[in-house]
Amino acid sequence: MELDKVQLNLLEQVADLHSVPEGAYNIRSNGYALGRRSSANIEIIPKQDKPGIDIFIKPGTKNESVHIPVLLSETGIKDLVYNDFHIGHDSDIVIVAGCGIHNGGDLQSEHSGIHSFFVGKNAKVKYVEKHYGEGDGNGENIMNPTTIIEMAENSYMEMETAQIKGIDSTIRKTSAKLSDGATLVIGEKILTHGKQKAITEFEVDLSGEKSSAHVVSRSVAKNDSYQEFISKVYGNNLCNGHTECDAIIMDNAKIAAIPEIKAKHPDASLIHEAAIGKIAGEQLIKLMTLGLSEKEAEEQIIAGFLK
Amino acid sequence: MLELKNISYTVTENGRKDILKNINLKIDDRFVVITGPNGSGKSTLAKIIAGIIKPTSGQILLDGEDITEMSITERANVGVSFAFQQPVRFKGITVKDLINMAAGKKITFTEACNYLSEVGLCARDYINREVNGSLSGGELKRIEIAMILARRTKLSIFDEPEAGIDLWSFNSLTRVFESMHESIQGNILIISHQERILDIADKIVLLKNGEISQIGTKEEIMPQILGTAIGLCPQIKE
Repeated sequence: MELDKVQLNLLEQVADLHSVPEGAYNIRSNGYALGRRSSANIEIIPKQDKPGIDIFIKPGTKNESVHIPVLLSETGIKDLVYNDFHIGHDSDIVIVAGCGIHNGGDLQSEHSGIHSFFVGKNAKVKYVEKHYGEGDGNGENIMNPTTIIEMAENSYMEMETAQIKGIDSTIRKTSAKLSDGATLVIGEKILTHGKQKAITEFEVDLSGEKSSAHVVSRSVAKNDSYQEFISKVYGNNLCNGHTECDAIIMDNAKIAAIPEIKAKHPDASLIHEAAIGKIAGEQLIKLMTLGLSEKEAEEQIIAGFLK
Repeated sequence: MLELKNISYTVTENGRKDILKNINLKIDDRFVVITGPNGSGKSTLAKIIAGIIKPTSGQILLDGEDITEMSITERANVGVSFAFQQPVRFKGITVKDLINMAAGKKITFTEACNYLSEVGLCARDYINREVNGSLSGGELKRIEIAMILARRTKLSIFDEPEAGIDLWSFNSLTRVFESMHESIQGNILIISHQERILDIADKIVLLKNGEISQIGTKEEIMPQILGTAIGLCPQIKE
């Protein structure tokens, strides 16, 4: 499999990869599979009825990773893909997804990835997802990722999702249902600028006894961009739920944070926190007394905040 | 050498109030300590020197160069450092990031270790910690001082460095200033109420109601400060 320069750059941006990854992978480019490899424990099978793949991870698979980046380098592509992850019980794995768009033309490029996770008993998953766009044309980059998570007893999932650059419009939906003892940790990082628009919606059902979820979002909205953060955490059992939105607002941007917690059980303990504000003046002043210009100080504060 | 010429600062919110009145001061000693009652204008004076507050009138010279119109950044770059009374917290920025910014370059672990151990912190435990609410007030204060050590500027200003630092480690704070002066050879200006810090001063400036009431050596000033402590309230005196 040969990757061109544009594809290699996108691959580096979304998956920190400099070449074809180790272990199991599926690279999708401009709507087609560019390369695929299964491993002894991880099997990747293309779906027959619709675009996408099924990824089967054998029970007990430890310390393995799966990379499934999507690259769009032609302008005007509309790509919709269904990827299902069947994660065997007692496994411990890392999944790196993500989508990079290089739109050099004037047409709209769009990618919608619908990812379903079936996390087996006692399994541990780290899921990293990055979205990145670039291009010198006027075409818009649109991404609408949907993530559906079902967690079996005592499973653990950590989801890191980031959108730092170049996505003009995004609606990201994540829903999760947790069984007894399951834990879900979600960390989201978003930076929007220009006229970008980002809407993210989380819905977590804490249905199992002693299940717990932490949904934390950090975002920066610059220029005329718009962000909306909706986070719903429902406690249906003895459980712990925590949702937090921390946003920096700049220029003429607009941000809405709409947390919703709902307890349907007397032993449900749910917390929501939401804060929107500009960069604290004293933070800028402190860094300026170290010799940084106001702009450099601002960049450092944002970089730290989204680290 | 820092020179303040006729520095005044007046606020007009809720009626006119003179915070500082005609301050004339030369700072050319190793340690100059500004002391005085709360509300006497000490912190305001420090912020005026660092460029955070613009004086209503007057002139500030650093080694003869007029820095009155310079921004905070410009002053930092010509050699002014300022340790805040209340250190600022950041999200995501680590101790290492701040020390790098203070030093103006990427420093090695050994260098970071030197700065942090000076203030009684073990680099291994702190270097990658975020400078956020997880650090205690005393820890933040020490990191604030370590940043000034890393800056190595000709003028270093500390606004109540002892506040929030426990007595156990307080003994070494004066040693930090002494060794700092030995290695940098700059002027150190400290705002403080602490006798032990006043004790190392080459010059003590007593500020009262926005005016310099006394300047002198510790031998000259200390007896007066201690002797007039009760006299700060004119009602009692009468």
